[in-house]
Amino acid sequence: MLKINNLKAGIEDNQILKGINLEIKAGEVHAIMGPNGSGKSTLASVIAGKEEYEVEGGEIDFEGQDLLDLTPEERAHKGVFLSFQYPVEIPGISVSNFIKTSINERRKAAGLESMPAKNLLKMLKEKMELLSIDKGYLSRNMNEGFSGGEKKRNEIFQMAMLEPKLAILDETDSGLDIDALRIVANGVNKLRTKDNATVVITHYQRLLDYIVPDFVHVLYKGRIVKSGGKELALELEQKGYDWITKEADKQWA
Amino acid sequence: MSEKRQQSEDKLLEKVTTTEYKYGFTTNIESDTIPKGLSEDVVRIISAKKNEPEWMLEYRLKAYRAWLEMEEPNWANINYTKPNYQEIIYYSAPKQKPVLDSLDDLDPEMKAMFDKLGISIGEQNKLANVAVDIVMDSVSVATSFKEKLGDLGIIFCPISDAIQDHPELVQKYLGSIVPARDNFFSALNAAVFSDGSFCYIPKGVKCPMELSTYFRINEAGTGQFERTLLIADEGSQVSYLEGCTAPMRDENQLHAAVVELIAMDDANIKYSTVQNWYPGNAEGVGGVFNFVTKRGICYKNAKISWTQVETGSAITWKYPSCILKGDNSIGEFFSVAVTNNMQQNDTGTKMIHLGKNTKSTIIAKGISAGKSEGNYRGLVRISKGATNSRNFSQCDSLLMGDKCGAHTFPYIEVKNNSSKVEHEATTSKIGEDQIFYCNQRGIGTEAAIALIVNGYCKDVLNQLPMEFAVEAQKLLEISLEGSVG
Ligand SMILES: Nc1ncnc2c1ncn2[C@@H]1O[C@H](COP(=O)(O)OP(=O)(O)OP(=O)(O)O)[C@@H](O)[C@H]1O
Ligand SMILES: [Mg+2]
Repeated sequence: MLKINNLKAGIEDNQILKGINLEIKAGEVHAIMGPNGSGKSTLASVIAGKEEYEVEGGEIDFEGQDLLDLTPEERAHKGVFLSFQYPVEIPGISVSNFIKTSINERRKAAGLESMPAKNLLKMLKEKMELLSIDKGYLSRNMNEGFSGGEKKRNEIFQMAMLEPKLAILDETDSGLDIDALRIVANGVNKLRTKDNATVVITHYQRLLDYIVPDFVHVLYKGRIVKSGGKELALELEQKGYDWITKEADKQWA
Repeated sequence: MSEKRQQSEDKLLEKVTTTEYKYGFTTNIESDTIPKGLSEDVVRIISAKKNEPEWMLEYRLKAYRAWLEMEEPNWANINYTKPNYQEIIYYSAPKQKPVLDSLDDLDPEMKAMFDKLGISIGEQNKLANVAVDIVMDSVSVATSFKEKLGDLGIIFCPISDAIQDHPELVQKYLGSIVPARDNFFSALNAAVFSDGSFCYIPKGVKCPMELSTYFRINEAGTGQFERTLLIADEGSQVSYLEGCTAPMRDENQLHAAVVELIAMDDANIKYSTVQNWYPGNAEGVGGVFNFVTKRGICYKNAKISWTQVETGSAITWKYPSCILKGDNSIGEFFSVAVTNNMQQNDTGTKMIHLGKNTKSTIIAKGISAGKSEGNYRGLVRISKGATNSRNFSQCDSLLMGDKCGAHTFPYIEVKNNSSKVEHEATTSKIGEDQIFYCNQRGIGTEAAIALIVNGYCKDVLNQLPMEFAVEAQKLLEISLEGSVG
């Protein structure tokens, strides 16, 4: 589904991603871990197409097409979804209006009519149930005055509504309380099919107890320095990153 | 800034400059135009053309003489070359003035123009329940629903007709709220105004439909000086809307209007404006100079609510105001003012609290894009006798790009201790983060801006009558097309 080949990207003279290689197949869950500032969010942003980052080399093949040739919204229309580490407020626009616009813009790009209000309502109701969201929430303005946890839940709610092929969850667990974490993780699991894939960026094993990854990658200074199965995350939880980063630093020296 | 980003900005900038003003066509309608220039004779000619009674001519001449001694104001935060008042044509009227209520006989050119403007004076408005008065250049050309309104005792007609048919009302109220001497432009208007709308709602009557006046400048070199007088008698209610457009011309056109509202005890007036005069091109050539004086007075328990969506004009100078004379009266001002390219805007309101327990609310939302300048200027004055009065003001500015400016000038005077004034102000930018967030959800940049702007203006747009809220929303989108920075 997604094949990233030697991706280099950064801001101005500062190269942040220094040659990322990653392959994700449909149906898989990949976890990306790594110390603060290692480039995890940058990778997610570059996949989603944030213009701020200059891509200096490499490809991001998504179902046979290089994402780098597409605008962010075109990538979204193709089924790329990013749950933001820091979701943005859009004052004055209700959650339901935003989601409606988002769904209909995507349908428009596919040459489809707007979703009939009845279907939309039904879908909203279903997904709200899935994520234990109460009704009043739909008329609140996008992320305006939301608590940290509410913002994260709102991200996953949008994901549930948009049913992406590739979902990248950037530290969705941070800010969620214990119950919310379980609810959101269960929601993510229920949305999994053999045709979609999930990338979870996280610092904690806790989330991976719920969303069990097929692969775990460690990103350090803009490179994937180690990959393994789900046990790698457990090992990191116990030992920290030192043993990996020291090794990498030695190699690069 | 990355090269890619620079390129995309350049592309967008190009788009702004090529986005055309949709209403910029001219219409070939034969008109009766007097020579340019202003003098006592011109004032007399205008009055004579309209067959006005002596008192009206006297009123005009007095205003003209006052104007001669006044100076064009300089205090607003706008820069423009002052018009040469001798180069302006003060009267121009379409030759064929249709007989009222037989709109089917309208000049086909004129009909085509209204179609282009998206106004239909016939069936559609009947469905939409809107009565329309249309003022083109200097005269009112069509008023619909006159009879239906007449059954309720409502008078809705061109002010020139009201001068003939209801002189007692006009004489009593004209200039009572905005005296000719009030300011340079109101004096000019009083001297030369040629038409506008007049409206009277009798005691206890709730006007069953939206009343609407549509203003159009067509003729080259003409100034438009319309005059609106709206009287809501005790316990009555009315919602009134005005819209304005003009052709694209390279020279600046002058528009100096005066609007007076009178809300008697317990009356309620809602006055909405969607102002879309030609703003000039991207280099700042052409466009309408919009100098407007709007003021209303509220008697006991009365309420006046001004709502304006201002997207047009090269220069706007406009401060719809409320004099809260009666106890418990309420004044409101809801405004969205957009400037793009080289537009300049100095707009706001005045809330003058005189009665006890009076309340006012000001929600002003400025949006500046391109190289434009937006200014909010507002006065809240709570006099000594206006005990227990309240004002809440919120003035927000939204900047798009870094070549535009926004300024806020709030003036607050409170002369007693039992009153309370609250003022909030914010300045924000449409963030790249917000746009990227929308993009990531499949919403393209143009649509994202429209969404963000609509969200920002929601509190104001919600005040507009339903039919017009949609129109205003579209207008905002058009005015800001391609203006991301
Ligand atoms: N817009 C930017 N401007 C300047 N530097 C940036 C920008 N975005 C990222 N960086 C830098 O790139 C590096 C990687 O940042 P990134 O946000 O991708 O890290 P991360 O792995 O997601 O960290 P965390 O675990 O703290 O979320 C950091 O050093 C950061 O300061
Ligand atoms: Mg991060």
